[in-house]
Amino acid sequence: MSSVIMGASRLGARRGVLEFKQTLSTPWELMWSFMLNGAFLLVLFFQRSHTVDGSPLALLTLPSILGMSVATGGLQGATSILATHREDGTLLRAKAVPNGMVGYLVAQLLVTALTTVFGLLLVLVPGLFLVDGTTAAGAGGWAAVAGVLALGLLATLPWGVIIGSLAKSAAAGFGMTFLPTVGVVAISGIFYPITALPGWLQWLGQVFPIYWLGLGMRAALLPDSAVTAEIGDSWRQVQMVGVLGAWAVVGLVIAPPILRRMARKESGSAMEARKERAIHRGY
Amino acid sequence: MTVTRELGEPAGRAPMAGEPVIEVRDLRMRYGSLDVLRGVDFSAHRGEVLVLLGPNGAGKTTTIEILEGFRIRGAGEVRVLGVDPAKGDESWRARMGVVLQSWRDHGKWRVRELLEHLGCYYAPYATPERSRPYDIDELIATVGLTEQADQKLRTLSGGQRRRLDVAIGMVGRPELLFMDEPAAGFDPKARRDFHDLVHRLSDLEDTTILLTTHDLDEAEKLADRILILAGGRIVAEGSADQLARRVSAEAEVRWSRAGEHYVHSTGDATGFVRELFAQYGEEIADLEVRRATLEDTYMALVHRHESGHAEEAISL
Repeated sequence: MSSVIMGASRLGARRGVLEFKQTLSTPWELMWSFMLNGAFLLVLFFQRSHTVDGSPLALLTLPSILGMSVATGGLQGATSILATHREDGTLLRAKAVPNGMVGYLVAQLLVTALTTVFGLLLVLVPGLFLVDGTTAAGAGGWAAVAGVLALGLLATLPWGVIIGSLAKSAAAGFGMTFLPTVGVVAISGIFYPITALPGWLQWLGQVFPIYWLGLGMRAALLPDSAVTAEIGDSWRQVQMVGVLGAWAVVGLVIAPPILRRMARKESGSAMEARKERAIHRGY
Repeated sequence: MTVTRELGEPAGRAPMAGEPVIEVRDLRMRYGSLDVLRGVDFSAHRGEVLVLLGPNGAGKTTTIEILEGFRIRGAGEVRVLGVDPAKGDESWRARMGVVLQSWRDHGKWRVRELLEHLGCYYAPYATPERSRPYDIDELIATVGLTEQADQKLRTLSGGQRRRLDVAIGMVGRPELLFMDEPAAGFDPKARRDFHDLVHRLSDLEDTTILLTTHDLDEAEKLADRILILAGGRIVAEGSADQLARRVSAEAEVRWSRAGEHYVHSTGDATGFVRELFAQYGEEIADLEVRRATLEDTYMALVHRHESGHAEEAISL
């Protein structure tokens, strides 16, 4: 990497931190995150008294929610940032500056990662107090959480970039990711064990990263005795790394050309047309 | 004017002195079955201010976007700062500025913050002759945003946003600056300040400027040379004065004598008025001599083009 590109990446990192701070200081932007994670905590609260195979259901759900949040944070975060920035002209500005796209990308990947971690903490920290038995994970468990988090972001962020590049507007980007995500969550064993589903739905759920992220988080945080609630009574860590790794590799291969193609087509008039459409829509 | 400036250039200051900053030959562009550009030719020299005029849909924005490297041309030859824009790299990009029509991007950024951040990308491209980026406080003062320097962008008025757009275009101290309708939405004071700024850039910084506008008065004030684009071609080119003379050499003289009003068209207004006074002396009142304005010229040229006489393109 040339020193100019390195410099632009450093500028991007600085930009990412600054933009994350800006988000933190605009509370209404975090409303959605607070409400969503508040709802998750409510679910945990009501699941405390149910038990599955001897352990409280909430204990299974907490790590599963963390896994799901990594996937939604990576996918929807990147999609919405990119689609919004195409619509409002942020991306075009980056393009008009030498190496601006390098800085821009580094910044947005960083912002998405930081925002995802922030969302995890919102549910994890109160969750630790709410659900008994979660503190048993130890240093190794938390290291595994970090590993699953990193792999999960790699598996989902590029797909967010792809959808954000293809979406015609921020609203379209949201539409393209939100409902499908909800559907996949429903068959990924997040709020109840996947083994409760019919066989073919179990198979379908295991195609997507969300199930495997939930499994990875459960493996990291739950006592070994909880493995009996899983398919095949196993944490299946090799398969987990395999499936998430495959999503990551395919995404990382497809995303750059799609991103480049989208960026090449950005121009003042394309932006202007999008602005007209948005004003016409009224938001 | 351009010629004197070029001769007055200290030797060796520009790596390619004398070579045009923009050179466009037979530029063509077609969207589907619609020919937007049908052979555009022009060039721009160092420090020159070029104003591109033309009716909506004439291809002004398309032309500018091709030169900026944001759009791939259909056919023709284009050199911008000595490089084909379709192949321009980041060091080429660093030498030019683009004034974008901003909307609601970077709403949470503060004015100084954003200019400082964007300026940093130009630092590796500084040369002994041209320090990059611009001094940020100086730049903010230049566009008259000193009082708003620590304000968030979303709190700026439309005119202030526009001035920030111009500042962002300038932050890398460009050799060439593109502006697509830069002064749209300026109040009269902001407009005058903007015009001063353009003059200063071209005179002191030797920046070549290509801008589009719908404001003919503005074009007349800013342009060293005006290009009129209609039907995908440059149908006329020259200073406002040259264009006016070309379309109509006649001036209109109005006066009154003994309560009666008169109008006369003449090619030699000065001679006619001299004779008028020689003949009637103090009887003459309400004297007015009116040359064709740029607006008259523009309307005539566009009308001539639209009524199918585009082939009589005027070039000076």
